[in-house]
Parts: sequence; structure tokens; C-alpha cells
Amino acid sequence: MLSELQQMFSLHENMLNIRSRRAEIIASNLVNADTPGYKAKDIDFKRVIDNMSDEAGMLTTTAARHISDGNDMSDGEEMLLYRIPNQASLDGNTVDTQIENAQFTENTMHYIASLRFLDGKIKSTLAAIKGE
Amino acid sequence: MGMFQIFDVAGQGMSAQTVRLNTTASNMANASSVSSSIDKTYRARNPVFATVLNNEAEADVAFDDSDYQSAGVQVLGIVESNKALQTKYEPEHPMANEEGYIFLPNVNMIHEMANMISASRTYQMNVQIMNTTKQLMQETIRLGR
Repeated sequence: MLSELQQMFSLHENMLNIRSRRAEIIASNLVNADTPGYKAKDIDFKRVIDNMSDEAGMLTTTAARHISDGNDMSDGEEMLLYRIPNQASLDGNTVDTQIENAQFTENTMHYIASLRFLDGKIKSTLAAIKGE
Repeated sequence: MGMFQIFDVAGQGMSAQTVRLNTTASNMANASSVSSSIDKTYRARNPVFATVLNNEAEADVAFDDSDYQSAGVQVLGIVESNKALQTKYEPEHPMANEEGYIFLPNVNMIHEMANMISASRTYQMNVQIMNTTKQLMQETIRLGR
């Protein structure tokens, strides 16, 4: 019972974790907007989802002929990717404040969405337990 | 806990930008402090920013190969500009040297204004990041209520 509950929440819980990590990385980019030589980074989302797919109850393939869910990324790829700047700057900094800001906002909205989903699940579970 | 790190990072950004704003203010304030020798003349000061890699966050389910680090910012030091000082021939000036020259600081007002605006925008942005993060955390705490 407990593990089922855990599984129910784990997808959104993991999403919240990733989103908060991503917020951190983008905040790091924004803070370093004036640091010479700083390279803007971001999370490779596909890879992260791939990593957590087992726990989240997503499609996992156990044999070579199983249909893949499109998440197969080759191993050894870095989790953090560097952004490619639209315009090079003289001091080697690749932070584009506008893009980072947009990404931060987008990430925030996704975080809130995951929160709402999780909230809804918690509330419906509570309602089911209470039986009202 | 990922989100708490953002406060550190944004806080470091705010303090770095404050240093930048401070040096800009002193540059502008001293833009016309005349002196009679090259050595004593005020020179424009600028902070040098450098990235600080924060300690690696604890291992996570989704981040098993955690090469991930959040990056703050710090002021490594403040350097004086080595641009040439302005020299003016003003024999009547009380600060003029024996040859009748005075020396003016190498402060470029346009440069300083641009710096000031950039610093204040970045500061604002950091405040926004903190605010957003705070709201997200509050919502997370309220989860299920």
C-alpha cells in the first residue's frame, strides 16, 4: 500500500526535484551574467527523464524487440549541457539574460504545474481515504 | 535541498553587484578630483567577477551521475584602470604643479553610467529570482492543504 502511494506521487515528486535543480542552474547563469568567461549551462532533460523512468512507472524496455518510448539516449552523455550563444561576447561569457530569464519563467510555470498535479493527487487520495 | 541554494546564489549575485555599484559611485564621485602629481590622482576602479562553484549537492534519484554544481559569483578583487590620466595645462589652478599641469582621473562618465545601469538591472533580476523562489517554496510547503 505504502509503495503504491509512493509510486503514485513519485513522478511529480521527481519532476519537482528536477525543476528545482534547473531553477538553480538557470539562477547560476543569471547571476554570472557579468562574469568574464562564464559559460551558460542547462540540464539535459531527456536524459534526466530517462534516468528516472524506472521509478516513475514509465515505459521500460526489457528486451531488444520491445517498443521504445523514445527515450533512449546513448550512455556517457553529459547531464549538463552548455548553451550555444546567439552572439559571441568579447569576454567569453555566453549568458544571454533574456533567454535565461525566459527559461527561468518557463521552469517556474512547470514547477507550479507539477505542484498542482501533486496537490490534486494528494487531495483525491485524502478524499478516497476519508470516504466522504 | 535544491531550492535553498538559489538563495545563496542570488545573494552572492546581489552582493557582487553592490560592490560594482559602490565602485561606480566612487568613480563618479571622484571624476573631478584634481591632483598635482600622477601618483596621487584617483584612478577608476572596477571589480573583477569570478564564478564560485558551490559544493556538489547531495546525490539524488534523478541525478545519479551528479556532475552538477550550482555556480555563484564572487568579487575576486578590485583593479584600478591603467588608462592614461588626463593632463591639463592650467597654471592658475591651485593644484597645478611647477610646470603648470593638473591631472584628472581617468574616469569615463559614459562607461560609469552604463556600468551603473547594468549593475542595478542585474541586482533587480536577482531580487526577482529570490522572490520567485520564495513563492515556489511557500507553495510547496502548502502542498496538500
